[in-house]
Amino acid sequence: MAEHRNPGTELTADWFADLRINTPAVERRAATLPVRRSIKKEFQAAWLLKAISCIDLTTLAGDDTEDRVARLCAKARQPIAPEMLAAMGVEGLTTGAVCVYPTMVAAAKRALGNSGVPVASVATGFPAGLMPLDLRLAEIRYAVDQGADEIDIVITRAHVLQGDWTALYDEIRAMREACGAAKMKAILATGDLKSLENVARASHVAMQAGSDWIKTSTGKEGVNATLPVSLVMCRAIRDYHAQTGYKVGFKPAGGLKTSKDALAWQVLMVEELGRDWVRPDLFRIGASSLLGDLERQISHYVTGRYAAAHRLTMA
Amino acid sequence: MPTVSEIMETMDYGPSVEDSGAVRDWLKDRERFGHFIDGSFTAAGRGFVTTDPATGDTLAQISQGTAEDIAAAVKAARKAQPKWAGLSGQERAQYLYAIARTIQKRERFLSVLESLDNGKPIRESRDADIPLVVRHFYHHAGWAALMAEEFPDHSAIGVAGQIIPWNFPLLMLAWKIAPAIAAGNTVVLKPAEYTPLTALAFAEICQEIGLPRGVVNIVTGDGETGAALVEADVDKIAFTGSTEVGRAIRAATAGTGKRLTLELGGKSPFIVMDDADLDAAVEGVVDSIWFNQGQVCCAGSRILVAEAVAERFETRLARRLERLRVGPPLDKSTDVGAIVHPLQKDRIVNLCRQAVTAGADLVGGQPGETCYVAPGYLREVSPANPAWSEEIFGPIATLTTFRTADEAISLANNTRYGLAAMIFSESATVATDLAAQVKSGVVWINGANMFDAAAPFGGMRESGFGREGGRVGMLDYMSAPTIKDIKEKTPKPPKALPDGKAAVAGINRTEKLYIGGAQKRPDGGASYRAASGDLVPLGNRKDIRNAVEAAKKAGKSAAMGGHGRAQVLYFIAENLSLRREELAAKHGGEAVDRAVSRLFYYAAWADKFDGLNVQTKPDYLVNVIPQPFGVIGVVCPNDAPLLGFVSLVAPAIAMGNSVVAIPAQDDPVAAFDLAQIFDTSDLPGGVVNIVSGPKDDLAAVLAAHDDVAALWFCGSKGAEAVERASTGNLKPVWSFPNLDWSADAAQGRRFLDHAVQWKTVWLPYGALPAGTGSVAY
Repeated sequence: MAEHRNPGTELTADWFADLRINTPAVERRAATLPVRRSIKKEFQAAWLLKAISCIDLTTLAGDDTEDRVARLCAKARQPIAPEMLAAMGVEGLTTGAVCVYPTMVAAAKRALGNSGVPVASVATGFPAGLMPLDLRLAEIRYAVDQGADEIDIVITRAHVLQGDWTALYDEIRAMREACGAAKMKAILATGDLKSLENVARASHVAMQAGSDWIKTSTGKEGVNATLPVSLVMCRAIRDYHAQTGYKVGFKPAGGLKTSKDALAWQVLMVEELGRDWVRPDLFRIGASSLLGDLERQISHYVTGRYAAAHRLTMA
Repeated sequence: MPTVSEIMETMDYGPSVEDSGAVRDWLKDRERFGHFIDGSFTAAGRGFVTTDPATGDTLAQISQGTAEDIAAAVKAARKAQPKWAGLSGQERAQYLYAIARTIQKRERFLSVLESLDNGKPIRESRDADIPLVVRHFYHHAGWAALMAEEFPDHSAIGVAGQIIPWNFPLLMLAWKIAPAIAAGNTVVLKPAEYTPLTALAFAEICQEIGLPRGVVNIVTGDGETGAALVEADVDKIAFTGSTEVGRAIRAATAGTGKRLTLELGGKSPFIVMDDADLDAAVEGVVDSIWFNQGQVCCAGSRILVAEAVAERFETRLARRLERLRVGPPLDKSTDVGAIVHPLQKDRIVNLCRQAVTAGADLVGGQPGETCYVAPGYLREVSPANPAWSEEIFGPIATLTTFRTADEAISLANNTRYGLAAMIFSESATVATDLAAQVKSGVVWINGANMFDAAAPFGGMRESGFGREGGRVGMLDYMSAPTIKDIKEKTPKPPKALPDGKAAVAGINRTEKLYIGGAQKRPDGGASYRAASGDLVPLGNRKDIRNAVEAAKKAGKSAAMGGHGRAQVLYFIAENLSLRREELAAKHGGEAVDRAVSRLFYYAAWADKFDGLNVQTKPDYLVNVIPQPFGVIGVVCPNDAPLLGFVSLVAPAIAMGNSVVAIPAQDDPVAAFDLAQIFDTSDLPGGVVNIVSGPKDDLAAVLAAHDDVAALWFCGSKGAEAVERASTGNLKPVWSFPNLDWSADAAQGRRFLDHAVQWKTVWLPYGALPAGTGSVAY
């Protein structure tokens, strides 16, 4: 995969300078996406399992402990009960990654062992990102040093709000360098950027600076992933791909709670970007509670009954 | 069936078919349908089958309505009407409310039935057609309740004959029936032969909610049944369908006094400016020509894109086209279903072939099995290509580039139609300017196919006349209080002189035609003698032609604005009153005084005949704007030569039209006297043009002239001829008998209502997702 990794470009403001976004039109398109496609029965089961394989199973709480992280990792390795998977003839399903704070990376690595599930770490003064740049870069290096396979960085929202694309580009470029071999997800914190044109421009700059994924939210903003914001980011990914040939991934975070949400976002990816973008190398879902609902739906598909939460494995 | 692991690799959507069991049971129980007349179903008669266009399977046997069936239905409607109109608004409202509620409770059933009969995707019947049907009945339940208060002294017209098309069967039924019965009319409706089933299901709902019998009657059948309905003893015909049939209906109703509204074809422009959100524009195409298989009269079928962004736009468009799913109408993942009938499919395929022969490239658009045609578009279509002007009525748009905004408008308006226009630009300044200039009854800015019961819908030019929806639409189902009419003096045949009579004493006065702000000799070089004894010019068809040409060039008067036009009308009144004594001697003091006050009256209105901002949905600014027709032909009665002329010309020009007037045949001198006053009153040349001569002959030329956008014909006789002659460009003709022009009632809003056509402009707004949280307009 390394050779396909987005190397970024020079800062090329031409690609987004004259970009126009009509917000009501985006909202109308976003509203029809989930109702234009209907996925039922074994197809739905397959799509939901696919969604699980794209989840960055996340815990980012002040009361995280190593044991709590280990429990999460156990769930990430075996998100669906083996007998249910067997009933569907599916093997080796894991989540896309586990996502934790830098101090929990080592614990996560230990718990995941040789499962192949990557560990993602937030860094750069998550969630606000308002720390001196050298400290933010040092935090990335720390997390990578601890074994993180992926780094979820946050951008300085002020650069976007002030239209200072050079500052934004330079910052993300520096972060990408600090990541080294670890893949980088750039969190735009779209709930803070507010306008869709801001979101689109920030998306372009983040990709030009070498992001492997662009990600909507920290989960801590007032509004997290929404379909309209995701649609705009996906269109930016499409345009970047058309310009460079590189496929950048997308990660909605913080807004997906139900199986219906998961399907809606998957439909968005397929319709706007294509089927390559529903696989974990190009699509991640930042979520903690979503998995429970996916599990319940899958259990219903297998057993024909609705499962109570207490009968499913807790993360 | 693929396994779960296989699907995880392919990530196919798989089938997801809406259950049609309940609908098929319903069809099986009935099998053969009669008509719904006087509250019950007749025995099924000889007829035809209606089929599922996706499979060709027969769905039901339908009866072919005969003239006798129509007569029985009209009789039932006639009988029921007085009592229905006599109910209180609130009582009628409750019935409409019950219809809305019942449809809502049965939305799944009706959606499936509609998709089966028509071939449209279930997503559309479920998410667009049926919710709009419900909305229409709720909205009009409200108008029933408010009619007495909001339309004082108005009454129902009587019995309305309504003929609807197959593209939105139940929705078109709702657009027709809801306003009609809200206003106290009763109806006889003929659904399209291809898609009669939801209308019949609607009839059952009428029974179920206990709608008084005879209020709604439904007679099924083909064009012959429709023709019988047009001929029947009804007070109004409302038709939605092809321009060709609309023409025939116009001719058939000429001179009958039946009110008429027509919602006809379109070839609507879809303008993409260089500052547009191109993805929004592409989705606009999806919502427009690729909606309902392109079988939408207001579809943006002519895409006009700025050269500066044409390549980027087309790349996105082609990519989006690839993602559309053509498939079974009942599959919930289908974007494009089946064309309604094999004949329609053949028509689409043939038109595409002709377009390609004429030099266009067809992208997509290939015919499939049964009634399927893949969506697509024709590239490189110039106005000379048949696809530019012919309504394809299928999922195929044309694509043409333009350079600048003025060229975009020229191309947009280069059509005989005028139903809708779509404008994509992120500049409110640019978009609202184009919206003002485009000739269409509906304008959607940065979107397409937005509908609401509160927003009037209807066309200009050969897309028809009349509006459906909102306050304006209600007026088309009501009669204003009548004004006392008086018999017109029969005009004397104007003979070209010499007639051997002696000239009037004094300096010989020369009357000339008034064209383009100048006095012109008549083309024929002849005069006739007016009742006053003066020699007056004998105008002919060439003079009318010249006058229309001059009137067209005077289009700037609309741009003067209401205040500017008011100033001119006041100035005319002022100058008329200055010459009171002289003119009173010739035309009577009362006539001059009333003419002065009438000019004042319409000057007052010139800047007050406002549009409306209507409540549709949150985050949509929807303005309904009165627009002048352009050139109105005004045929004055052969009576009240001064006051009749002023009473008709003043409201027309107050609204920004220019006028070609045929003054009182026997005595046109008053009009020429006024022309002298116009010349000194800052009235721009060409806004009023006066051609004297044989009224009926000149009126026929005006009626047949394609650049005359509307015609007013006042007279006791002759309406039939002008109405028949108006079919060329389908101009609305307002014909009415000679009035008592000195009455106060001979002025008023109704004159202004006929001087404008309504344009509904939709502008969705939103700085941020989910709005800015501010109060809606």
